[in-house]
Parts: sequence; structure tokens; C-alpha cells
Amino acid sequence: MTQIDTDPSSLLAGRSGASAKNRKASGTSLSTARVRSAILFLVPMILVLVLVAGWPLLRTIWFGFTDAELNRLGDYNFIGLENYIGEWGLLADPNWWNAVWNTVWFSFVSVSLETFFGLIVALVLNANFPGRSLVRAAVLIPWAIPTIVSAQMWAWMLHDQFGVINDMLMTVGIVAEPVAWTANPDTAMWAVVMVDVWKTTPFMALLILAGLQMLPTDCYEAAKVDGIHPVRVFFKVTLPLLKPAIMVAVIFRALDALRIFDLIYVLTSGSRDTISMSVFARQELVDFQQVGYGSAASTLLFLTIAFLTIGYIYLGKVDLSGDKS
Amino acid sequence: MPVVPKLVKQIAFYALVVVIILFSVFPFYYAILSSLESGAALFNVNYLPEEFNIANYVAVFSEQPFARNIANSVIVAVVVVALSLFLGVTAAYALGRVKFRGRALLLLTILGVSMFPQVAVLSGMFELIRFIGIYNSLPGLILANMILTLPFTVWVLTTFMRELPKELEEAAYVDGATPWIVVTKVFMPLMWPALVTTGLLAFIAAWNEFLFALTFTLTNEMRTVPVAIALITGASQFELPWGNIMAASVIVTLPLIVLVLIFQRKIVSGLTAGAVKG
Repeated sequence: MTQIDTDPSSLLAGRSGASAKNRKASGTSLSTARVRSAILFLVPMILVLVLVAGWPLLRTIWFGFTDAELNRLGDYNFIGLENYIGEWGLLADPNWWNAVWNTVWFSFVSVSLETFFGLIVALVLNANFPGRSLVRAAVLIPWAIPTIVSAQMWAWMLHDQFGVINDMLMTVGIVAEPVAWTANPDTAMWAVVMVDVWKTTPFMALLILAGLQMLPTDCYEAAKVDGIHPVRVFFKVTLPLLKPAIMVAVIFRALDALRIFDLIYVLTSGSRDTISMSVFARQELVDFQQVGYGSAASTLLFLTIAFLTIGYIYLGKVDLSGDKS
Repeated sequence: MPVVPKLVKQIAFYALVVVIILFSVFPFYYAILSSLESGAALFNVNYLPEEFNIANYVAVFSEQPFARNIANSVIVAVVVVALSLFLGVTAAYALGRVKFRGRALLLLTILGVSMFPQVAVLSGMFELIRFIGIYNSLPGLILANMILTLPFTVWVLTTFMRELPKELEEAAYVDGATPWIVVTKVFMPLMWPALVTTGLLAFIAAWNEFLFALTFTLTNEMRTVPVAIALITGASQFELPWGNIMAASVIVTLPLIVLVLIFQRKIVSGLTAGAVKG
């Protein structure tokens, strides 16, 4: 990412360019004054962003090339790419690849499920029926609950001895004896996925609903007049028209899922079966005090997300300047 | 085409509605239920309220500095939201209504920062906080949280700012107003709904933040609510005090749910402004 490009000099260059253009157009000094105060308005925001985002990011990338440790941060040696491609580097570390695989698997499965359920909830909320506002209020509840709280609530419900989930499943007869959902390697990741689906399907549903409500109504009327089956209308008309809105929601969620930390840290304490890239990086940084190695892992995660974001912005043709509207 | 009786369809639809509501509401309902049970009752699964015992709520406040944790969370979230809104409104005016070269790049950078994985700035932020001397203190958390709320605030307010009528601004300038007056006296009154929405979303983000609060604090007294809830320990190391955890969870979630239900329309519009309109 071009984090440092926020430096004011390029903006000043932009200012003189823009004001020269404006002078030609209207000949007033008003637009010059506007551009000048715009710069003034922007400077504090940019300074804060450089301080809290730009500088720490650069330091993290730099630490990735060193052997820094947490308890002696000022005293380190430059070791080049050793943290990445060395004998003990990330690319040769099975634990790192395990975390990468977990993160990718989690992101793919949870975002797919959230899209599927989000679409269903959005279609329900888009229908006209008594009690619709009640459903909308109900689906907002999981979204409003802090991630840590939902992790703890589900940890309690999934408890191997006293959990309500095991009780329900045993009453219905799906499982014969209690399952240790969050400790069992076969189910731990599914437990994380389920809590994430519960928590973020509302977000997905609201974004898809916003897309649904912007669809033109005339093609539905035409389809109705022609007597086309509603299921066919859904797959041939609604879904194709809805695709852009779904794509935006999917990418937003995917970028969020790739950096998952809280839920896994609390629900499964970052066990090997569920550890994500973020949890791995923090574990190296804080628990093992390996700032150099952990920073290298953070940088790789950052690069992954940065490339996906850039891809999204190009593919999605996001209207950045607002010129289109 | 098989003809499905209308009644069957209706029943199926309402069954789906009931499943959605139950699935959304049950975990929080069950947390409330558990938080009101203590002793052996807690470990007997029941689906309807059987006990109304506030012992867990008392214990949360007496066994650890939970009141202090709540105060910490409120202070951090309020200061972060106030700073973000102040910096965000003026920046949004510049980004949304004034044309200058480099604007698209700047917006792109801001959007990029809001996609940042928090862990990517963790070691650099740790060093910065230690260097300033605000490790294990609220100013440290306020500084770190700005990376979560500021880009998002600027982004959403910019989309709102773009849609305000041009004529208002022009009329103010004809009357001799400066850009500062235009932002504070002309646009601010119109921006209130947007500010409330953005402020609320930023507040929720800061209130829920976990990774920074976990890493940049050391003592129980400096922890925010999410960290306190994640790290609650009981009498023995291997026995988690589930009653206390559920009581603490209900205490911090109830105000959020009330806020969200009151402002639900605004929140929906704010969320979609951040993403769909993008």
C-alpha cells in the first residue's frame, strides 16, 4: 500500500494545479481560498493517520528484517530476509503454513455460509409481511453484541459438560454423548465458523437488502404478466441484478475474515487446530517475544490483504472522487 | 408446474421467520438466563427462567475492578469518537466538496487504512506507545484506536457530505462566509443525522476493540471491558466462573442493544453508505 503518499507536499502541488485551473474558469479568488482551507482541514487528519497508521506500519515492516525481541526493542540487528526465507524463516515454518491454511479455510467457509444465509434473510426482510420490523430488530442483535461477548456466550453454550447445545442435540438424539466442540480438532474450526456466521450474517443481510431495494421493479411486473414462476424469476432476474451488491459485501467480509483474531483467541485460545494468521503473529510478538519474526508474519498478512484490497478497488471500480454522481 | 397450496407456502415462510428470530435471539436470551442462576442451578440446563438471583452481578463488581473497566471503556470510546468526528467532519468537507489533485489517491489511501489488519501495526504501535511513555494507560489505547475509527469516519462522512446541496454553500460564500463558517454553521446542522450514525458506529468499534487493549495494557485496572471479560478468572485456574462471565456480558451488551434498536434505521443507512455506495 502507498501509505506514505499522504505527505502534504503532493497535495500542495495539487492545490496550485487546481487553483490555476479554477482561476482560468471563473477568475475568482474564492476557489483558491476554498482549496487553501481544504488543505488546512486535511492536515490534522493526515498527521494523525501518519502517526497511528503510516509510521507504525513502516516500523513493523522494518522489524520484519531484524532479530528484535520484545524486552530489548532498541537493541537489534539487521538480518535481511532471514525471517522470511532463512532456514528458520516463515516460508519453512509448518506452523505458519498451518495458520495460513486455517485462515483461508475459515474465510472461505464462513463467508460462503454468510452469503447464503445473508441472502435468505435479506429476501425475507424484503418481503412484505406483518412483523417484518420485529425480524429486522432481531437480526440486528447478534451484530450489536461485541465479538468477545459472543465468543464467551457461545463458549458457554458449547461447553462439553454443561452446554445447552449438547443438551439439545442429545435430547433430539443427534449425538449420543457430549461433544467437546471447541477442544476436539474435528469440530473446533466448525465451532469458530458457526459463531462467526451467527455474528456477521446480519451485516451481510443488510448489505444485500440495500442492493435488493435498489432493483428496478418493472422487470418483476413484466415477469409476473408473462406468468413466469417466481423461482425462475429469482435465478434469472434477481440474482444477476443483485450480483454487484453481493460481490461488494463478500469482499468486505472476506477482508474482515482474513484478519480474524478476537473470536479464535477467546473461543479456542488459539489452539493449533484453529490458529489464524493474526493470532500466530501476535503469539510470536508478545508470547514468544520474537518481534522480528512476528513482524515478518504481520507484514505477510498485510501484503495479502493489501493485494486483495487493490484488486477489489480495480475490479469494483469504486467511485472514489464522487465525479460519477 | 406443481401447484403448492397457498397455506403451505405461508406456513413454510413463517416457519423460516421463526427460525431466523430464534437463532438470532436465543444465545443472548440464554446468557441472561444463565447470568441469573448461581451455584448448582447454573450447571443444570434449562430453557425457561427458573431462578432470579443477582449474585453473579454482585460478584462481577466485587471480585474484580469491573466498574473501573467499564469507566475505561467509556472514556476511551468517547474520546476516540469525539476526536474522529472533529477531524472527520473538516476532512470530509475537503474531500467531499473541494476538487484538488491527489484527492482520489488520498481517499484510496484512507480506504486502504480502514482495511488494515490491526496486527500489521502492532509492533510499530507498541514501540511508539512505549516511546511516548503511555504504555498501560488510557491515552495509549485512545491513540491506537484512532486507526480503527478515523478512516471509517472520514470515509462515511465524505459520502454524506457529497450529497448536500451545492446552493447552500454558494449562498453562504456570496454572503461572505469563510470555509470554516460554511462547515460549522451551514453544514454541521444538516450533518447531525450523519454525525449521530457515524459516531455510533465508531463508538461500537472502539467499545468492542480487543487486540490493542489486550496488548497495550498490563494491569487489571487499565483493562477495557472486552479484555476484562475475556480474561475473567475464578477461584481456581481451571474452573471458569461462567455465571460472572455471563453477568458481565449482559451488563455491557444491554446498552449496546438498546442503542442499536433505537437507531436501527440510521445504522443500516450508515453501514450501507460505508460499503455499497463506496
